[in-house]
Amino acid sequence: MEHNKRNHSALSAIFNEDEKRVDWHDETLWFVRSKRDRAVHNVPEWEQLREYGSEIKNHTLSNLDQYLIEFEKKARSNGIHIHWAEDAKEHNEIISEIIRNNQVKHVVKSKSMLTEECDLNSYLTSQGIEVIDTDLGEYIVQLRKEHPSHIVLPAIHLKREDVSNTFHSHLHTEKGNNNPQYLAEAARQHMRRKFIFSELAITGVNFAVAETGGFVVCTNEGNADMGAHAAGIHIACMGIEKIIPKAEHLGVFLRLLTRSATGQPITVYSSHFHKPRNGQQMHVVIVDNGRTRQLGRPDFRNSLKCIRCGACFNTCPVYRRSGGHSYHSAVAGPIGAILNPNINMQENADLPFASTLCGSCSNVCPVKIDIHDQLWKWRQALTKKGHVSSGKRLGMKMMSFVVSYPSIYRVAGRTGRWIMRYFPSLLANKTINSWYKQREMPVPPRQSFRTWYFKNKK
Amino acid sequence: MNSREKILAAIAINKPAFQPMPDVVVDIKYDYSVLVPQFLNILQINGATAVWVENVQTIKDDLQKNIAGGHYTINTTEVLGIVNEEININSNPAFLDPVEIAYISGTLGIAENGAIWLEESKMRNRLLPFICQHLVIVLDVTKIVADMHEAYKRITLGNEGYGVFVAGPSKTADIEQSLVVGAHGARSLKVYLLS
Ligand code: SF4
Repeated sequence: MEHNKRNHSALSAIFNEDEKRVDWHDETLWFVRSKRDRAVHNVPEWEQLREYGSEIKNHTLSNLDQYLIEFEKKARSNGIHIHWAEDAKEHNEIISEIIRNNQVKHVVKSKSMLTEECDLNSYLTSQGIEVIDTDLGEYIVQLRKEHPSHIVLPAIHLKREDVSNTFHSHLHTEKGNNNPQYLAEAARQHMRRKFIFSELAITGVNFAVAETGGFVVCTNEGNADMGAHAAGIHIACMGIEKIIPKAEHLGVFLRLLTRSATGQPITVYSSHFHKPRNGQQMHVVIVDNGRTRQLGRPDFRNSLKCIRCGACFNTCPVYRRSGGHSYHSAVAGPIGAILNPNINMQENADLPFASTLCGSCSNVCPVKIDIHDQLWKWRQALTKKGHVSSGKRLGMKMMSFVVSYPSIYRVAGRTGRWIMRYFPSLLANKTINSWYKQREMPVPPRQSFRTWYFKNKK
Repeated sequence: MNSREKILAAIAINKPAFQPMPDVVVDIKYDYSVLVPQFLNILQINGATAVWVENVQTIKDDLQKNIAGGHYTINTTEVLGIVNEEININSNPAFLDPVEIAYISGTLGIAENGAIWLEESKMRNRLLPFICQHLVIVLDVTKIVADMHEAYKRITLGNEGYGVFVAGPSKTADIEQSLVVGAHGARSLKVYLLS
């Protein structure tokens, strides 16, 4: 991706220049998180479902090669063409070859984080092929030559006036008309022509079922279906980890996915593709792009259980206040911070540090990924491999030294409270300690928790 | 080695020790006597209109009223009378584009989330439920199940080339999280539950 190569804290600083917008972003995502909570509380067996979700994924990863082979066999007998891509480059080449062989010029694409990860759009555009992102949020960011800032809510970093301006210049909507209904209708009208005349549709895959050789795509807008059923060729792109063993497992995952994502009980459309329609070509591209490497890392392989619901983004205090673009990757947020160092360690070494390790992500994750533990483990691994800046390295070393010796920890705590009380400006100096950008210092407690505890425990 | 072999070989080396597949048995905590009201209620929350009718004539009248009102209306369900056979598996998108209202029969409905299963054989053309401006689904009231687990027990995936759960009108909240009904699919969904 042609993302800015700068690091998370520098990019967050840019996002934080507009304080009001940051507040809005923060509150809106928290609102989505609270909708998730309400939906979850309506399902008494929620924790049981999470446990099943987690166990099914653990089982699948432990037998992944067999399930992929089973899927391939069944899908082929259903009339679907199966392709395998080792990396992003091969993924893009396979798609481009299908496009060339069929002399296609116009492509519609519904949401697929994998094609973002592979930067498919730039690749195809450079070959003179028109690719339109049909999900409204993705379409907005595509027109603005930006990338999605959230895997479920791609344009969450934008306000309605931004969308209005963008549509005014590209779709000639009325200047200053910021009404979401009006703007969405303009996109609907424009896109409808694109759907009707498109020759080839690309979609993502939410779940691929080994047992039946089919795949499921979930949308609220209906854009994946409009594309796939109108075009003569349908290409669905999936990472190897999208496989689930059986059709009945969809019951578990579809119940978990949208409640976790937006608080809806299910998406408006959950489309199950098993065979091409009469006269249609259907292709599935199965992509590795570093996933088998991650599978071989015992500390991080759990990240491959992710069903891309976005709940960990919405709950993350760092994501909410730094914005998706600060993660300079296709998948932002806490899970992105675990996946991206696997794809490129050097460039993404900053991401596992973009977290307070508060653990909220792990608490909401519908498939029980130990997200915050993995972030902590990446910090250790990256530091050992020398991918971490000297300032951070020193801080981490000091911290691990201090916390491993209780007596030093106590002295350090006492000293810290004393310094906070008498020289607060030193700690809160925004150049020495960048944590205090946009933050105020709390009043330090008179006594440590430990002192308080011993005094009160009797 | 080609990519397929390379990927499969890498998985074989890197995958964790075998873990058993869980037997999914979810305790159903639903009260079956309230499934239908629950189903109707959740559909309304999802932005659909849902009505329970005693007699198929009510739906037929509604269909006739739409046709008489000059709306391009397509019926694909035999219980409502003559099926519009000009719409079929080979109809192209430009031909389907002007359809205003489409009547399609559902196979089953789910009380926990309002989703209704539509099968390819019942919709005549896969694009129809999406490209029509307004979708009307007719569903037998005895076909309501409690939850997704029950639903998948009754559906045999792969028998048909395509099937979809529809749980409301198409919608988006991609502009500042404000809900807009009528994104790319049908602008409205009306569900007739038939006794
Ligand atoms: S890591 Fe868990 S919470 Fe985050 S997107 Fe993936 S499934 Fe959702």
